[in-house]
Order: sequence, then structure tokens, then C-alpha cells
Amino acid sequence: MMSSMRGVTKRIQSIKFALLSPDEIRRMSATKIITADTYDDDGFPIDMGLMDSHLGVIEPGLRCKTCGGKVDDCPGHFGHIDLAMPVIHVGYVKDIKKLLQATCRKCGRLLLTRQQAQEYMAEMEQVEELGGDVTEVGYVTKETAREAQKRQRCPHCGEEQGKVTLDKPTTFREDGHKLTPKEVRERLERIPNEDLRVLGMNPEVARPEWMVLTALLVPPVTVRPSITLESGDRSEDDLTHKLVDVLRINQRLRENRDAGAPQLIVEDLWELLQYHVTTYFDNQTSGIPPARHRSGRPLKTLVQRLKGKEGRFRSNLSGKRVNFSARTVISPDPILSINEVGVPVEAARELTVPVHVQAYNSEIVKQWVKRGPAPLGPLGEYAPGVNYVIRPDGRRIRVTDKNAEVVAEAVEIGYTVERQLVDGDIVLFNRQPSLHRMSMMAHEVRVMPHKTFRFNLAVCPPYNADFDGDEMNLHVLQSEEARAEARVLMRVQEHILSPRFGGPVIGGIHDHITGSFLLTYKESKFTREEVTFILSKIDIRDLPPPDIKKGGKEFWSGKALFSAILPKDLSMTFKSSIAPKGDIGLKELKEEDSLVVIKDGVVLSGTIDENGVGAFKGKILDKLARDYGPDAARVFIDKGTKMAIGAIMIRGFTTGIDDEDIPEEAKKQIADSLRTAIEKVEGLVESYKRGELEQMPGRSLEETLEVEAMKILGRARDLAGQIAGKHLGIENSAVIMARSGARGSMLNLSQMAGSIGQQAVRGERLSRGYWNRTLPHFKKGDLGAEAKGFVKSSYKSGLHPTEYFFHAMGGREGLVDTAVRTSRSGYMQRRLINALEDLKVKEDGTVRNTADTIIQFKFGEDGVDPSRSVQGRAVDIDDILQEVLGEEPSWKERLREQEMASYGLTEKDMYVEISEEEVEVEEEEPPSEE
Amino acid sequence: MRFNVLEHQLVPEHRLVAEEDADRVLKALKITRDQLPKIRKSDPVIQVLEKIEGPIEEGRIIRVTRVSGTAGVSEAYRLVIGR
Repeated sequence: MMSSMRGVTKRIQSIKFALLSPDEIRRMSATKIITADTYDDDGFPIDMGLMDSHLGVIEPGLRCKTCGGKVDDCPGHFGHIDLAMPVIHVGYVKDIKKLLQATCRKCGRLLLTRQQAQEYMAEMEQVEELGGDVTEVGYVTKETAREAQKRQRCPHCGEEQGKVTLDKPTTFREDGHKLTPKEVRERLERIPNEDLRVLGMNPEVARPEWMVLTALLVPPVTVRPSITLESGDRSEDDLTHKLVDVLRINQRLRENRDAGAPQLIVEDLWELLQYHVTTYFDNQTSGIPPARHRSGRPLKTLVQRLKGKEGRFRSNLSGKRVNFSARTVISPDPILSINEVGVPVEAARELTVPVHVQAYNSEIVKQWVKRGPAPLGPLGEYAPGVNYVIRPDGRRIRVTDKNAEVVAEAVEIGYTVERQLVDGDIVLFNRQPSLHRMSMMAHEVRVMPHKTFRFNLAVCPPYNADFDGDEMNLHVLQSEEARAEARVLMRVQEHILSPRFGGPVIGGIHDHITGSFLLTYKESKFTREEVTFILSKIDIRDLPPPDIKKGGKEFWSGKALFSAILPKDLSMTFKSSIAPKGDIGLKELKEEDSLVVIKDGVVLSGTIDENGVGAFKGKILDKLARDYGPDAARVFIDKGTKMAIGAIMIRGFTTGIDDEDIPEEAKKQIADSLRTAIEKVEGLVESYKRGELEQMPGRSLEETLEVEAMKILGRARDLAGQIAGKHLGIENSAVIMARSGARGSMLNLSQMAGSIGQQAVRGERLSRGYWNRTLPHFKKGDLGAEAKGFVKSSYKSGLHPTEYFFHAMGGREGLVDTAVRTSRSGYMQRRLINALEDLKVKEDGTVRNTADTIIQFKFGEDGVDPSRSVQGRAVDIDDILQEVLGEEPSWKERLREQEMASYGLTEKDMYVEISEEEVEVEEEEPPSEE
Repeated sequence: MRFNVLEHQLVPEHRLVAEEDADRVLKALKITRDQLPKIRKSDPVIQVLEKIEGPIEEGRIIRVTRVSGTAGVSEAYRLVIGR
């Protein structure tokens, strides 16, 4: 059955939504339900009870009384409850209200003249003809109904109309008088078919009176299975509980009504029945208390089963749990190539690839099967086994050590064998949240000992992964098409350039950048032994000729070593990340060795750092991926990172709090400058109090004071940083990391060595806490620097108690901000993706949806794929000119272009960073100081 | 009408496509009329265009000429529908 279904694809042409009529409910019902009891004393279902065996089977061994099927054959059958009195279906109250208001209370006709109705009908047809979808047709019918509601008198019978209101959730009133569901139903019955068509309803499948229930459909038991606890007690599904309530009240209502009980009692019971039917559909209807379980837990009824994140749609239809997948902790392995993933042996033994037995492979496949489910190679290493053999009839045979030989004999062409993972298999690797396409990339398997997934550190940025306990998922592809597609489209090297900004998302991080800095900065040189060590890490067998001779000894410059992994015809010019900020001349650039010039694959000058090989910013990566292809870029990243690590291992690299040591003299200087700044603020406050402060345009006097104070204190912190920075040279490890872009910033350093600076909440100096002051340590109304959150101390010197408290205030805001930002941006992303998920770029360059209507006439309006463009343009003319004419580019012009093009290319605004240790450090910069 | 939206800086140029040019436009795009993006008759832009061109029936096509950050100038089309 299953195998014959495979490969049959059908296209849904249309979906029709309709209402169930009471007749249809009774017709599709396998049995009428009358008793609220479920099982008798022997544990057998009671006839015409909620667990009637006509409704399907849930216990193995029993047979369905309707279709005779066993547990897996019988899909279950509906039953029905005949309601003693009609009740309103909560899901349709809005439509009922619309219909009651738009039709005559006496004759039931639409409150529009015949001509008006025809006009609206024609309009509706035209919208349909012009390709308007359901929502657009809906606008027309809505307008029709609104127009009809305006009329006070029926144009057909002349009846004065009452005002129908809805008392949520299910009570209708006309001029204040209650309309019983029965009356509502009678009114709806009177609406003629042709008037319904004008209102956008198809009366053949949806008569409005069917929105008021006289019979209630009871879902099959398979939809609400009862579970047997260990104690032997039965526990019923929430839906069954609710149906029991409905049945009980229904019974009482019928008895009371038939016995001629007082109207009041009947009405109360009727309302109670309405309540139970309402909560049976939706237990979160506003205006009524949710029905609860005995334990106090609200019942999960029909709407709750479908709605929300854990509902049927999002949890079971849009998203599914899958086989052939694995999840474990990740850890780094710099030896692996960026497109590999280390898979633990235990996982590899469980994950399998289906191999179809053909003439060409039948012998080798038989050998695999014969080895059993856990074979070892000649050296005791991992070798792939086979877990299951699938016969052509679809039967699966589990391979064990015992039956391996026998099963192997039976294998022949037409069989499928589930082979365990081997090195080189292609798998998908994913880390949640999957925010962009680089969150799921194809890697090649490397089966390894130990229990974690391992991958190259250069792939951390696209996954946004670190190794503080992160887990990742791995999926094994199960068809040749999928594997081919993954290999072409999804492999890591195909994603080095991001489609978001056209730059590299995969590249060096942390030590890679420090390492290449140490390798290439200024006149760094290495001895024969060191060079051998570095080059042994990459596949370079022949030592290049030494390019430095000093004191009779041979040395190799780091730049020459780095050049060894560059393509022989690569030429480019760019600024290093260590280059001093601002508009600076060629001389200063050269002095700092921060103008990278590469000619014919040789680094002539400059330091290779974040701007060269870093993720998000690496100019070399960018160029390589674009001009030399993904494979060349992959090889470069593999070798470049390994080389950098070799270089860093030779020099050794560490940082500690003593990297922020500054001389006593400097400390005194910092303290002095901070004191003067604080005094300045005091002076400001004085002049404010005397009323001498000059007001800034558009600001109040208080605001002016705040802005001025922030400005002074911001400058004071920067000055403290500068003083400290003077004593922290480029030989300082922390400075190396900050300047080269490996980790941290100069601001971080100045806060550690100099002063932490002003703390802010909502961009303003701290002001809340006690009455007119932040803490009881200060005088009321103190507007000075220290009283409003200025932290003089540095992280290294330690904070005073008040400073510590202020720092916590500022830190808390950052924490709350990130929490709010992530949840909000997650919801935004969901809505965006739901809106865009079916869009596709067609062959003619248009963007269309599945209905083939145009969304955008040309992709991105210019038809350019950002990840294949050069800074947003389809061709880089300068580059081509240079190549053809062999002309030297004017470096200054090139740099200017690059700067103009590299808007928004910082790692900082890439991700909302959560759970990072640096959350609190980034203080608000004072408003710009023109 | 209180003010002309077409004069607003952020509103691109909208022009009514002459009925005799409509087929040419559709042919160039190789689409049928119903595959065009829609614009409502109640859209402020259409209200302004009706002031200039007289009543615009449903089914007419509007050309939107937009200054684009990526392509310089780009053209799009809209189909007028009811409401």
C-alpha cells in the first residue's frame, strides 16, 4: 500500500469551505449519543455512550463495529448528539450578527433594493474576474452588508427594523430584548437563497441557520483517546470530559422542558448548555470563565488543539519531528576543513543512508551486510555497518550480529540497504534559531571518537555558535536528489558570501585574527624551525626561499609566508583594521604598516588582520570567493586559519588584567582630568542654579544642563582612555586584540584601565530611586556628576559601593533591552516569513507567488544577487579595467570607494547578542560633539 | 482633497496607462491582466489621478516609476480594482 502510493503527486485545485447541516451531521454519524457514561463495570464501552465502539477502536485486538477494521485500519467514525434546544456556534457569532443586521426582522429579505443588490453582485463578479482573491471579494461583501445595515425600514415589506446587538460571547439582543437561539435560527431560516449570494455565501453548502446548532457532531474516539494509567484507572481526554458535560445538561434540559418546568429553570439550563457547547469549541472565549479540570487546569478543547505554537498547525503540520537526525553538544576542531563536521561514532552507527542494490554494487553491499551492525576495521577503527535491509516488498529486516550472514545471502538487486555513515557522506547541519539560510548548511561527515559534533571555528559566525554548551542538529539526506542538491547549493563554501550584504560571513575569528596579525605585522620574521612548524600545518612541502638575511642567519618574513597561500595573480589594496581612525595620509598608514598592498599574490606591505581575513569584514576572503570561486576560498580559509594558529603558537599569546597596568604617573593624570571634569559639571550646576546657563535651542534649561554634563563627562572618559592608551602600546596583548579586531575594543580597554564613565538609563543620566536623589548617600537635588551615575573608577581599580549600584542600574537596562529585542524581532521575523514564504524568483527575473501573480517586476528592482555582486553592482568596472590595462589603481581612490560601499558592515549590528559577557560595557556615547 | 499625495517626497510617480498601451505592456511582461499587483480604487493615489484623468474604471493599469536605491529608476505596474 505505502510503496504503491510513493511518487503519486496530486495538485490541490481548490478548497471549499462549507457548513455542516444538521441533516449532514446525522447522515455522517455512526451512532446517536445519549448517555454521558463511557464504560460499564467490566470496562466495555456502553452503547450510545461517548466511547461507543461504533466510533472506532483505540484498544488493540478489538474491532470497529462500523467498519470492522482493527486499530490501524479504522480511521474512526463520527457520532452525534441531538441537542434539546438549539445553541449558537461561537465560531460564527460575527457572521450571525452581520446577517441579522443586514436582513429584515420580518420577511428575512436583504435590506437593499433589488437594483442595489444587483449592483453589488456585479461588482463582486468583476473583482473575481480581475483575479481578486478571497480577501478582496470579502471586502465587497463586507461593504454590501454595511450598506444594508444602514437601512431602517425594509424596502420589501416596509417593516421597521430593530437594532440588533451582540452581547459577548453568544447573546443577541434586539432593542435590548434577548433573542433566544431559537428565534435567531428562525430569522436566519427566513433569509432567501438569492439574498445570501449577494452577501458572499453559497446557500447550497452554507445555509445561515446551520450556524445555530441543533445537532452536535461527536468526534471519533481516535481523536480523543482515553489513556489507561498504571494503576488501571482510565483517564479521559479533555474533549470527552467536555462532551460529558454537554450530554448531562442536554439530558436535564430535555427532562425539565418535557416535564413543563418553569420557564426560568429551562432558560437557565439552556444557557448552561450554551456555555458547555461554547467551551467545547473554544475554552478561551472572552467574557466567560474557562471550563476547568478537577485539578484546576483549564481544559484543552477544539480551538486550543489548533491554535498557537503548540497547536496542530505550527507544531504538527508546519513543523515535524524527523528520523535520520541527531543532536548533541558542539565543540571546536581547527584541523577539520570548514565544510566538514565531526560525527561521534555512536551517532554514526544510528544514522544511515539508504543504498539501492544494483548490479554494480551488489557484491560490496553484501559484504557490508555480512559485517553486521557494528563492524570494526583492521586497526579496530570505525567501519560502516548496516542496520536494516529493506526487501522490495517494503518489509524491513533488522540486521544483528546473529543474522548478518543469513540476511547478507538474501540481499539481491532491488533490495535497499541502510548503511551507516562513512567519511564523506553529505549531511545537513543546523543551529537554532535558524534566522538565515546560513543557519543550515551541508557538511561532509568525518566519523570521530568522543561524543560531540565538531567543526571548524571559521563556521561559528554563520551559525552564531559558541562552545559554552551549544547543541546542534544534524540531518542525513535520504535520496540522491537531495544529496546532489545539497552538494551544489548548500555546502559551506557556497555560503561564504552572505546574500544580505554581499560580504563574507565565514572567516577568521579571535585567534585567527591575532595570529595573522602576529604573522604579518611589520618586520615579523621567523627562523627555519619556526617556518617549518607553521608550514607543516598546511599542505606546503617545499620551503620558500628565505627573504631576509641577518647576521649570517636566514629568516622568512611573515608576509612571505602568508603570500604562499594566496593565488599567484591576486592583486588588491585595502586598509588594515589597525589603521588609525580618521582621515590620514599615506605616510601614517605606511608607518603603522596598515596599508595592505598585494601584487601578483605577494603581500608587499600591510598587516593582515580583521579587514583581511576576519568574518564579516575580510577583504581577501571577499575577493577570493568572488573571483576564484567557493572552493578556492574554502582552501584559503582552511590554510589561512591553520597558518595563523601556527604563528600564534610560536610567539605564544595571553592576556590578563596586568595588560591594563598603567604607571602611577598616568593614574594620577587620569584622576586629575576626571576631577577637573567633575568640577566643570559642578560649575555648570552652579550657573544653572544661578540661572546663568544659556539655553540650547529646542531644549529646556534642565535638558541643556543634562546634555552639557553628559558631553563633559563623556569627553572625560575618552580623555582617561587616551591617557591610559598612551601607556598601552601595540606590543600589549589586549591592544593587539582590540586593534586587530580579534576581540574587544579600545573602549573596553579604557574602561578597564582608565574610567568606566557615565552610566545611563534611557540615554539619560541616572535620576530615579529616592525622592529627588538616586541614593541616600547624596543630598536631595544634587545634580553633580557623582550623584547622577558617573563612575570614576575603572574596572581594574574596582568600584565604590554607590558606583557599583549605578553600574548595576545601567547593566540592568541592557539586559532587559536584549530580552525584549529578541522576543520582538522573533515575532517580526515570523510574520515576515509567513508573508514571503511562497515567493520565488522566476526565470524572467520577476518575483512571483504561487498563484503566479507578480510581486516585484524585477528581483530587488535591479535583478542583482547581492552575494554575486560587487558592492551592490553587477560588475566591478575598476577591477576589470585594472586587469585589462594592467594599471595600478590609485590607492586613495580605491579606499574611498571601499569606505563608501561598506555601509553597515559591522558585526555589531548583525545579531542581537544575548548571553554575552560584554553586554553591559557599551555605554551610551554622549550626543555627538560637533 | 486636502493635499496631493503625488507631490509628497516619498510617493513615486504614478501614471495611468492609456487603454491602447495596456496590451503592449502586458505583452512585454508576458502576463495576463490578473497577474498584475493590485491597487484599490479607494487608494489616495487613484483619487488624485481621477482628479486629473477623469474617472478610472476597474481594470485599468497604472505605471509606477520609482527612484530605486539599487537600480536607479525602476518601473512597476498596478491593476486598478474596486473599493
